Amino acid sequence: MTTQVGVLPQSTARPATAVAGGQRRLPLRRQLLLQIVCIFIAATVLFPVLWIVSMSIDPRNIARPDGLTLIPPGASLAAFDQVIAQPTANPVSFLRLAANSLLIAAIICVASVGVGVLAAYAFSRMRFRGRETLMIGVLAVLMLPAVATLAPLYVMLSKIQIGAFNLRDSLFGVALAVTSGTLPFAIWNMKGYIDTIPRDLEEAAAVDGASKFQTFWSVILPLSTPVLAVTAFFGFLAGWTEFYFSWQFLDHPQDFTLAMALNGMVGAYGTTPWSQFSAFAILVALPVAVVYLFLQKYIVSGLTIGGVKG
Amino acid sequence: MSAPALASAPPSRTWWRRTQPTRTAYLFLLPAFLVMAVITFYPLVFQVWMSFTNYGLENLRSTAPAPAYVGIDNYLRILQNNIVIVNFDFVRVLVFNLWWAFSNVVIHVVLGVLVAIILNTPGLWLRRFYRAIYIIPVAIPPIIVATIWKNMFDPTNGAINFLIAIIFRLPPGGFTLDWLNQPNPIIAAGAFVLPLAYFALLTANVWLGWPLNSVVATGALQSIPHELYEAAEMDGAGAWAKFRTVTLPYLRPAMLPFAIYGFVVTFNLFYLSYFMSGGGPFGQTELLVTTAYRLVNEQQLYGVAAAFAIFQFFILLAITLVTNRLAKVTAQFDG
Repeated sequence: MTTQVGVLPQSTARPATAVAGGQRRLPLRRQLLLQIVCIFIAATVLFPVLWIVSMSIDPRNIARPDGLTLIPPGASLAAFDQVIAQPTANPVSFLRLAANSLLIAAIICVASVGVGVLAAYAFSRMRFRGRETLMIGVLAVLMLPAVATLAPLYVMLSKIQIGAFNLRDSLFGVALAVTSGTLPFAIWNMKGYIDTIPRDLEEAAAVDGASKFQTFWSVILPLSTPVLAVTAFFGFLAGWTEFYFSWQFLDHPQDFTLAMALNGMVGAYGTTPWSQFSAFAILVALPVAVVYLFLQKYIVSGLTIGGVKG
Repeated sequence: MSAPALASAPPSRTWWRRTQPTRTAYLFLLPAFLVMAVITFYPLVFQVWMSFTNYGLENLRSTAPAPAYVGIDNYLRILQNNIVIVNFDFVRVLVFNLWWAFSNVVIHVVLGVLVAIILNTPGLWLRRFYRAIYIIPVAIPPIIVATIWKNMFDPTNGAINFLIAIIFRLPPGGFTLDWLNQPNPIIAAGAFVLPLAYFALLTANVWLGWPLNSVVATGALQSIPHELYEAAEMDGAGAWAKFRTVTLPYLRPAMLPFAIYGFVVTFNLFYLSYFMSGGGPFGQTELLVTTAYRLVNEQQLYGVAAAFAIFQFFILLAITLVTNRLAKVTAQFDG
């Protein structure tokens, strides 16, 4: 019961609906009614997206739009040029912000997947003394929001001062703080997936005399590629759009992240033209949205497995 | 289950051999728990100590003096609403936070299931096209969603008011309702206060939340054997009876755990409240997470913030225990 939910949609789904589609036709009246409902829903989904895209290509460089237009007359990409050069009042380019966010994202990604997958494997496949206790330890942390460790981490990392370098006031410190929340999630997410991998292959490897680590490396790891990708992506996303820790920790504009600049633009609504805000939002969201859509199938089955178990 | 048994296959009585699987397991766990010990568990324990002190800005530098012990003062200050944040009311924030999560999840699940059923209608045109469109909100980072919706609800230049003006044939700029700052609450009954800003936040979060529920519901719907519907039809069941006796029992095991997950995620949803309404008006859309953030970020009351985090921990623990209980009780009905 528990694991089937996530696996079923891909395997048995297609034939059932295909047969159903062939068996009976939808009466035209009802078809049209449902089409109207579906188009209405699509419109509500697309409305904010179209609004932001339309504003980002508004050439007038006015502070705010004065009406709803899909494609403003004389549309241009000037706003994109401006935010790439200098999104906020701070003398920092988009590339600099993106590089900072990318560094945080990369550290989180490597730390939570690389370290987490070993623990996930142990929890999934081994029986040992203290297993329950340690799993409850991971679960208890999983329940907490990221903000829960903000005060102690801020205070503790502030104390680590080596010469002019303060760990709290660095991208590395931010990445550490974020990893404190993403690692338990990574362990749990990957454990849920490894639980669904059949054990036959490992048993065969064990009979051949492979050690635990060899089995892990050559059997489990290749089979876990989807969940590794999804967990890495979630780690990356956490870093790429990180706000609370960087806003609290970082003092120097050259260390600022994308989300901090976005917050600056929202705060300075009076002065930041909305076309630039929109262009910036698109530049931040587009790369991760594209990757999300590619990984969508795996993300959904992972979420259902994790949800059912958790 | 059988893997560790195989590893210790040659029966051996020595302690060293017997504990071999445990030692291997701990070797695998070591890196993760080493990292978590330093950046997760130690800070959480440290936080308990902090919560009994008046830790503040002056204790921050590495050479600074240690903070003073203040007993349970910080806890009392929170319960007495004496934490410098204006308009803070612990009970009101908690009630709002619970209602926020509950109302969102109910709407997300109902809408998600409805849309999934519509898209699952046999013979519907453009099914794949709609599925591709409907997943878009899920793929956009929440912080971006929050800032876009703040902008959409702007009184004079926001897309929502433009749209309302067009629908009701008002002149351009003829509708300027300030959704996020309307001072008079729509509902105010004791600690239960819902300002207009709540409905704006709800709108944004419904936009963000239903599609993933719909995807999960679709998975469950497609796992229902079609013969069950045919059998129900032969028994003369109408649309509602089919939904109740066939669809619902298949949906529940998938949707209930996902709804619980959604409840916890929404309960802790920082971005919408922080960026859209800023917790306003008068702190009425503040959540526990945003309050916790303000205690550190704006008030620099680290000791109080630590005590607040301890409260949060127990509230979340209670929620987890209650929802798990709920899941078990309802699972029994499925047989």
